[in-house]
Amino acid sequence: MSAGPAAGPAARFAPGARVRVREDWPERRRLPSGAPSCHIRTPHYLRGREGEVQAVLGAFANPEDLAFARPAPPRVLYHVLFAQPPIWQEGAEGDTLLVEIFEHWLEPADAPGQEAA
Amino acid sequence: MSAPARPESLARLERLVAALAAKGLVSEAELAAMQARTDRASPEIGARMVARAWLDPAWRALLLADGAAAAERMGVSMAGAPPLGVLENRPGLHHLVVCTLCSCYPRAVLGYPPGWYKSFEYRSRAVRDPRGVLAEWGTALPAGTKIRVVDSTADYRWMVLPMRPEGTEGWSEDQLAALVTRDALVGVALPQLPARAAA
Repeated sequence: MSAGPAAGPAARFAPGARVRVREDWPERRRLPSGAPSCHIRTPHYLRGREGEVQAVLGAFANPEDLAFARPAPPRVLYHVLFAQPPIWQEGAEGDTLLVEIFEHWLEPADAPGQEAA
Repeated sequence: MSAPARPESLARLERLVAALAAKGLVSEAELAAMQARTDRASPEIGARMVARAWLDPAWRALLLADGAAAAERMGVSMAGAPPLGVLENRPGLHHLVVCTLCSCYPRAVLGYPPGWYKSFEYRSRAVRDPRGVLAEWGTALPAGTKIRVVDSTADYRWMVLPMRPEGTEGWSEDQLAALVTRDALVGVALPQLPARAAA
């Protein structure tokens, strides 16, 4: 089995699009047992942050489902570029972070922000 | 002296493998094949891909467009491996690869990740203080160079294509490949001329 891109839905965002990472914290929601209820690939430091789509990397089986052996429909994966200093309130002007983010974690930057559940 | 205690982590790993095998999700043979592939890989593969890119523009274009296809062209089996992306350093821009979530690493072309790459210290500091990290490595970037930290969070694996050092005009692929270390392919170091050659 290839681990490469799968056939999937059309990309919602094009390179150059301004996007925001959803301000969501599913890891704070727990199962009744107290165990974590999710597996996510969106780093905490990017939640709510704005960036720019640099590339559409293809569609991949959603790891959030794969981790629980659920059916995992392909999701579009992007390379998103973020200015680095604003995230940490320190750093050198012009330094950047380039991170793989799945489409369902992104919203247009001009959309109203989503509050944490 | 008695033998050191068997680590609990090893027993846990064996229980995990047994559970996965019982569910038919992975076999001992598949694990052995995957381990053999990683054992065969080493940073020398990535170094040769870089040296060739420095010499051959068509190869460089292929490497940047589809790293996995380039690796296959070099005889590396990429079947079942994640896609390989290659990040090109250029004047004014330097890439540094990290995986803050775990330890994603282009094993197919670099082999096993070094211990520091998997450490909490590197993973947490590379995204927050990349310049401090590079300074501790003794890596000095040319003035005015911006750093782009690539956090390897999902389905790709990333390798850096460093810039060819000055003073290597006329060098062969073998000579150039010898300059490219594992650390340069991750972005914590730069290819360096040997002291005597640089003198």
